[in-house]
Amino acid sequence: MIETRRPKLELLSREFVERIIDEGLTLLERHGVLVENAEALDLLTAAGARVDPSTGMARIGRPIIEAALATAPPSVTVYDRSGGRAFTVGGDEVHFDPGSAGVTLLDHDTRTQRQASAADLAAFYKLTETLEHLHFQSTCLVPADVPSRVADAYRLWLGLVLSEKPFVTGTFRVEGFRPMKDLLAAVRGGESGLRARPLAIFDACPSPPLKWSNLTAQSLVDAARAGVPSELISMGMTGATSPTTIAGTLVQHVAESLSGVAIVQLAAAGAPVIFGGSPSSFDMRHGTTPMGAMETMMIDVGYAQIGKALKLPTHAYMALSDAKVNDAQAGFETGLGAVLAALAGINVVSGPGMLDFESCMSLEKLVIDDGLCAMAYRLIEGVAQRDDPIALGVFDGFRPGQSFLTHPHTRRWYRTEHLPAGLADRDPYEAWAAAGGTTIVDKAHDDVARRLGRYSAPPLAGDLRRDLDGIMSAYARSSGVPAPALPAA
Amino acid sequence: MTLSKAEIFPRMSEAIIAGDREAARALAEEAAGAGFDLLEVVDKGYLPGLRKVGELWEQGEYFLPELITSAEAMKAAMAVLGPALNRGPAGSRRAGRIVIGTVEGDIHDIGKNLVASMLQAGGFEVFDLGADVKLERFVEKAEEVGAGTICLSALLTTTMAAQKRFIGLLRDRGLRGKYKVLVGGAPASRRWAEEIGADGYAENAVAAVNLAKSLAGGS
Ligand code: B12
Repeated sequence: MIETRRPKLELLSREFVERIIDEGLTLLERHGVLVENAEALDLLTAAGARVDPSTGMARIGRPIIEAALATAPPSVTVYDRSGGRAFTVGGDEVHFDPGSAGVTLLDHDTRTQRQASAADLAAFYKLTETLEHLHFQSTCLVPADVPSRVADAYRLWLGLVLSEKPFVTGTFRVEGFRPMKDLLAAVRGGESGLRARPLAIFDACPSPPLKWSNLTAQSLVDAARAGVPSELISMGMTGATSPTTIAGTLVQHVAESLSGVAIVQLAAAGAPVIFGGSPSSFDMRHGTTPMGAMETMMIDVGYAQIGKALKLPTHAYMALSDAKVNDAQAGFETGLGAVLAALAGINVVSGPGMLDFESCMSLEKLVIDDGLCAMAYRLIEGVAQRDDPIALGVFDGFRPGQSFLTHPHTRRWYRTEHLPAGLADRDPYEAWAAAGGTTIVDKAHDDVARRLGRYSAPPLAGDLRRDLDGIMSAYARSSGVPAPALPAA
Repeated sequence: MTLSKAEIFPRMSEAIIAGDREAARALAEEAAGAGFDLLEVVDKGYLPGLRKVGELWEQGEYFLPELITSAEAMKAAMAVLGPALNRGPAGSRRAGRIVIGTVEGDIHDIGKNLVASMLQAGGFEVFDLGADVKLERFVEKAEEVGAGTICLSALLTTTMAAQKRFIGLLRDRGLRGKYKVLVGGAPASRRWAEEIGADGYAENAVAAVNLAKSLAGGS
């Protein structure tokens, strides 16, 4: 049997990858990064970086980065809440999760955006739980009705109560890390259990160009020490906060990300860290950060290739759109992103369900996008040789005019080789018209209701619920806000 | 040899259109040195250039890099002319003073910087407090410089509440009537501005300038 080829997209030549990495390292060495966090600066100083204490500028030499790359693991395994299902974040594995930290929700009936509430967030968690091509959850909305001081931990608490899947999340305040880690550790029965089987990935964004804020640097240090994987979200905006050329932005991306890898490894050698990002091709007319632009996706695919060359797990914000409603633009931008990300073998792909420059989430879009992810997965499975000979056997004894419909070979393989339509319309015109002439968005809306109706909370073992509630309410108390409750269904 | 007004005005305009900061500044110094009426210099030298830039933007000919570079050139000229204008009777002509910043707990400043640049180019004297700014600082600065408008930027759901708190703060101090308050940033909206009792919302830098102008004119 001929081995199935995994189709793969590599945008850059090897020589180009090496040059970009080399310039990134030179940039770190000569120009440096601004680090606004004392602990991270101490770590860098101790490792031999040239730190200007008056400015916080750290010039990081190659040996420091090389040492960090030597201890950074090439892949991370995360586990679901029960600990039973493992997901490798590494190699060319691809895991989709909903876009993260949206501000608003697209209301299907009015086609307008409104502020998201805790109840909306719960609906997304439940829906994601039912969508098989979204391997991870993300804390995908910031509920406006939850006190902002505890919003980061609240989102995770709610998610852990409602879902089995691993999480992609992040802190909003330095104080937020501790209770979030405690929640995760409670699920694993302690910190060593969490270290052994990570349950959540923490996003941390450097501030372009070339800066780590106090919040995000602290998150890197805290997460590393707890064995929690950090996802580095470098996000140059071409011509605004990074060089306008795609290759120039990649150089900055390398420098920002590798300084993050160094901070993580210095805080705890061997700690898991993911080479991710959310860069964009800055729109010079609208002053916006389009995630659906082809150039944005080229930067994503480019740095993912570089991340792989550096032997690090990868992540990108892809499979999302800047459209304001679920229109053709929403579909084509998301579809292109999902396919390119899968072809590039990006390990964590955050985006499904998301619209409007990472700011709006749509339940309908999430189910539509789950179907797109299914297609992307199908694509990278590649074309397999199922039989030997490939088809000659099928034609044995074949009579002219005979159909394959009744051939045993068809029933043997059609379900493996071909995906069902899902929500995509494949009716003949007359049937479609007779059924009301609906669009995929209408169908998705019904599907959301169906799925939410079917959802039942995966049970939590023992006293876990009580422990999680206890951690959440203690954090609320210490933040001076009332203990937030589960939103009414 | 000094240039005549007829010679120097078109060059000023060109410097703005080309976004040539150095030329814009040097020409302003030359005009100040020659004792020209600086109000006329702004009106007939620089403003036609700025208007042309506006037209080129409207026509889709200019994009943000050109727009902001021209705004920066205008800023360079005004840095020379501003102090002199303020001393003279012309000071009253300035569209007004604006205090701007990103609210506490929020470090997103790219949009705020664009808005600040455009306001400056639009003739406002802008006091940019930067990002992660304590609400108290906005009031202090506005009181100190005699600003008419305060602009608050917020990009996070968790920090937009500061825009609301700020209106409360002004009310508590009995200062609400004294300032126009504009809000902006990804989670803000026209509806939000109404809800919290702000004076206005704008979705981008160009709209922010128009809004600030109409509010400054209307008061
Ligand atoms: C770039 C960016 C960053 C950069 C900011 C760099 C910088 N120096 O500003 C960095 C990496 C630092 C960053 C950090 C974080 N970010 Co951020 N970021 C963005 C992103 C992608 C683009 C923002 C931007 O610059 N847009 C381009 C500018 C030109 O547009 P603009 O800011 O909207 O401004 C325009 C208008 O709004 C208006 N305007 C702006 N201000 C004002 C003020 C007035 C008065 C008026 C009239 C008009 C006006 O005019 C401007 C010009 O046209 C947004 C996504 C988005 N769609 O906004 C997320 C986003 C805002 N970030 C987000 C998050 C979660 C974070 C972090 C918490 C992530 C983390 N855990 O590390 C941290 C927050 C740190 C903090 N405490 O502030 C979320 C917010 C979620 C939420 N619901 O609150 C967003 C929506 C992305 C997402 N979905 O995850 N971020």
